[in-house]
Amino acid sequence: FFIMTALSISNQGMSYAFNSPESTRLKPGELSTGTTIMAVPFKGGVVLGADSRVSTGTYIANRTSDKIAQLSEKIFCCRSGSAADTQALTDYVRFYLQQWEVESSRPATVKVAAHLMRKICYQNKDNLSAGVIVGGWDDIEGGSVYNIPLGGTMIKMDCAIGGSGSTYIYGLTDALHKGGMGEGDTLDMVKRCISHAMARDGSSGGIIRTCVVTKDGVKREYIPGNALPYGP
Amino acid sequence: MASSGSGYDLSPTTFSPDGRIFQVEYASKAVSSSGTSVGIKCADGVVMVTEKLLGNKMLVGGSGRRVHGVDRHMGCCVTGLLSDGRQLVSRSRSESSNYEETYGIKGPPGVICERIAGFAHYFTMHGALRPFGATVMVAGFDEDTKEYSLHMIEPSGVSYRYYGCSAGKGRQGAKTELEKLDLETITCEEGLKQAVKIICQMRDEGKDKPMEIEAGWVRDGKWERVKDGKVSEIEKICKEELEEEEEDMEEDE
Repeated sequence: FFIMTALSISNQGMSYAFNSPESTRLKPGELSTGTTIMAVPFKGGVVLGADSRVSTGTYIANRTSDKIAQLSEKIFCCRSGSAADTQALTDYVRFYLQQWEVESSRPATVKVAAHLMRKICYQNKDNLSAGVIVGGWDDIEGGSVYNIPLGGTMIKMDCAIGGSGSTYIYGLTDALHKGGMGEGDTLDMVKRCISHAMARDGSSGGIIRTCVVTKDGVKREYIPGNALPYGP
Repeated sequence: MASSGSGYDLSPTTFSPDGRIFQVEYASKAVSSSGTSVGIKCADGVVMVTEKLLGNKMLVGGSGRRVHGVDRHMGCCVTGLLSDGRQLVSRSRSESSNYEETYGIKGPPGVICERIAGFAHYFTMHGALRPFGATVMVAGFDEDTKEYSLHMIEPSGVSYRYYGCSAGKGRQGAKTELEKLDLETITCEEGLKQAVKIICQMRDEGKDKPMEIEAGWVRDGKWERVKDGKVSEIEKICKEELEEEEEDMEEDE
């Protein structure tokens, strides 16, 4: 469920998206991963996808950034909101997750990674502007995805979207997403949805980066801006 | 063990010339003069049973517990000095709840035991402290791997994982009896009975004071104390069986 809050007045005119990280509290001049991010589990793994635009106001600081950060061998996290905040978060979680792996003598699980991320987001909610999606594969649950929006709630989901561009594709993902999809279908769906969001959201654009995680390993790809499934 | 420390046994911060820390060994002696405890890892769970020697007739049965719950999926059994054991139990409870608060999952018993062992060990190498005079057996369930496990933490701070373990007065005899059991297939119900039987066997009726048996187990992923009524029923059955076996043996002779 997504509960629409009242339109928050953006302090920089950057984005009018409901309740998105950019429309709350970014400091003047701070880099925003404007963003569309998405992660979908399928039988046997998880597909993560993101756009690549990083902006400060109307200036695009980086048009080919990598918003899919690696937390452990088979666990990744899509970042949206303040670039600085999400980079710091992923660094912390990577650190604590590695310590957990050493103490437990077993590979990290997505549930633990998501819980660590959520804990930091919640405890520092007053000072952070970050919405992340943690997704990966572990041998306890298989592929799983946790959405951790602003404020630090943690929701396990079958299809998670986030970032300012996500508001334009809620309908599309609802229509396209079905349970039981395989790797290929899920990857196609993710690419299509992100293209649609990039076409409408000013803060999303560039290339589409995808990451497919299964028990056999990790495959990272990107689609150049002139080869998007949909778009001007 | 009748060696005299002769000056090297005053503090846990002193090694003896042959490489022993006497204070830690003395702590283990405190454990071995306590009532016997037996732990068995069964096919479908873990059982722990302990014998509580009752000081006098005025004691209300069921008080002075030796078997404690640590978390929903883990419990422990103290042998040795009860109050020392209580500290260890309290520490395991906070370790377990802190673990869950930080990582969002129930702490795997092995990991929690290593933390308790580290805590116990701390007390074996500081001048102002003494080692715990208690051994703690821990029974637990790992929610991720779905495995049951039995661990034992000794005063020295070592912690091992066991198929079957024993502590206290009758531990040597109990160990021999445990080795006779088929631990691959034994169920918790059967394991409980066997453990109670072993404890009854190790007692010397003439010499030993009146006692009460306490038990707890982890089954179906949950820790539970075995109800006192059920334990005393089993104790009665075991005593009868043991008497019959004795009679049979006498007849054979």
